[in-house]
Amino acid sequence: MAMLELEIWRGGATGRFHTYRIPMRESQTVLDAVSEVQRTEDPTLSYRFACRVGMCGSCAMMVNGRPRWTCRTRVAVSAPNGKLLLAPLRHLPVVKDLVVDMEPFFAKWQRAHGRFEPGAAPAADFAVVPPATPGRRAADAGIECIGCGICYAACDVVGWNPDYLGPAALNRAWTLLNDVRDRAAAERLAAVTAGGGCQACHSHMACTEACPKGIAPTYAIAGLKRQAIRAALRSALGAPP
Amino acid sequence: MNAALLAASRISALVLAVAVAVHLVVIIYAVQEGLTAASLLSRTRGNWAFLALYASFVLAAAVHAPIGLRAVLAEWLGWSGRLADRLLIGFGLLLVLLGLRAAFAVFLA
Amino acid sequence: MSGSLVARARRHPGLAAALLNRLSGIALALFLPAHFIALGLALSGAPALGSFLMLIRSPLLRTLEAGLVAALALHFACGLRILAIEFLDFRESTAMTVSLAIGFGLFFALLYLLAGPIAG
Repeated sequence: MAMLELEIWRGGATGRFHTYRIPMRESQTVLDAVSEVQRTEDPTLSYRFACRVGMCGSCAMMVNGRPRWTCRTRVAVSAPNGKLLLAPLRHLPVVKDLVVDMEPFFAKWQRAHGRFEPGAAPAADFAVVPPATPGRRAADAGIECIGCGICYAACDVVGWNPDYLGPAALNRAWTLLNDVRDRAAAERLAAVTAGGGCQACHSHMACTEACPKGIAPTYAIAGLKRQAIRAALRSALGAPP
Repeated sequence: MNAALLAASRISALVLAVAVAVHLVVIIYAVQEGLTAASLLSRTRGNWAFLALYASFVLAAAVHAPIGLRAVLAEWLGWSGRLADRLLIGFGLLLVLLGLRAAFAVFLA
Repeated sequence: MSGSLVARARRHPGLAAALLNRLSGIALALFLPAHFIALGLALSGAPALGSFLMLIRSPLLRTLEAGLVAALALHFACGLRILAIEFLDFRESTAMTVSLAIGFGLFFALLYLLAGPIAG
C-alpha cells in the first residue's frame, strides 16, 4: 500500500516539523489525513475543523506552502509525490501545532470598522435595495466571506507590515461602504485610510488567488482606494466630503 | 494624510505615464541620432514645448518617487516615522532642484 | 515559511509584478539625481556635456544604460497594470500582463542597444 508522508508542525512559535506516515487512501483529503494521524499515530496533535464540507473555514492551514481548507484539499492533487508539509496559518500567533489565534485577524476587522452601523435613528421600514444596483452588486461580490483567514495568510504585505489591516477586513469594509442602509461611511473611510489601510495594498493578488469562496479582495480594496482618492481630492478642492 | 499620499501617487503616475511614454521614444530617437551634446542641445535649446513637458516630468517624478520609496522603507527596512518622512521630503526637493536645473540647463544652453 | 521571494514570485505572477515594479522603481529613484546632474553640465557649456557623453560610451556603461531603459519601460508597464486594476477594474490574466511588461522592458532595452553605436 502506498504511504503518505506528512511533515507536521509541532509546537508553538518555536518547535519543529515531525514526520508521520499513514496509508494513502482513495479520495483522501488533507483533513482525512490529519485526522488519521491524530487518531492512530499521535493523539497529542492539535488541529481545527468543524463542518468538514467546505462551509465553515475552520480547517484552514498552510498545505505545501499554500493556505488551504484541508477539507477541500485532495491529497492526490496537492501531494502528487506523496509528501505533505503542514504548518499553521501564516501571520497569526500559533497556539499549538496547527492551531492559530484568530484574535488579531478579527481585531483588524474591527479596526477597519467592518461592522454595520444602523445610525442613531434606525429606519422605520425595510430598506428597498434592488440587487442589480451597482452598489449592491459591489457589496454582494464580497458578502460571502466567512472569515477563514486564508487571504490574510496568503498576503505578502501582511507579513511585511504588521499594521496592515489585510484583505478580509478591507473587503468587509468595502461591502459596508456599499450598503445603502449603513450610516458610518465617513468613519469607515477614515478607518481604512489610517496607518495600515487600503493604501498599503500593492495588488499582488495573492488574496484573490487563494480565496476558496472566489471573492476578490484586490478589487474591493481598489474600490476603497478610489473612494479615498475622491475624498482626498474633494477636501483638497474645498468641496464638502 | 495617507489618502492624500495615495491620491498624489496615482495622479503623478498619470502625468508620468504620458511623460515616460514620450521620453522612451525620445531616448531611442536621441541615441539613434548619436548621443552628442550638439544633437541633444540643438533640440532642447529654446524649445518651450520641451521645457513645459520636462518640467512637469520633473515635478511629477519628485512627487511619485518619495511616496513609492516610503512604502519600501517601511515594508522592507522597517523604517517609518518623522525622520524617514523628512528625509523623503528632502529627497523630493532635491529631485525638484536638480531636475529643474537640468531642464533649464539644456533649454538655455 | 514558503520559500524565498523569488521562488514565490515564480508561482504568483502578482508578486512578480510587484517585485519588478518595486526594484525598477528603486533603481530609477537612485539613478535620477545622477541623470539630472549630468544634464546640468550643459550649464557649463556644450563641451562640458559633450565630454561627459563621450565618457559613458563604453560597452559596459551602455549596457547599464540599457538596463535603466528597461527599468523605465518596466516600471511604466507595471504601473499601468496597477492603474488598470485600481481604476478600470482590470481582470485579465496577471501572468500574461507581467509577461507583456517584461517583454516591453526588454524591447526598449534592445532598441536602445541597437539604435546607438555598436562599440565605443
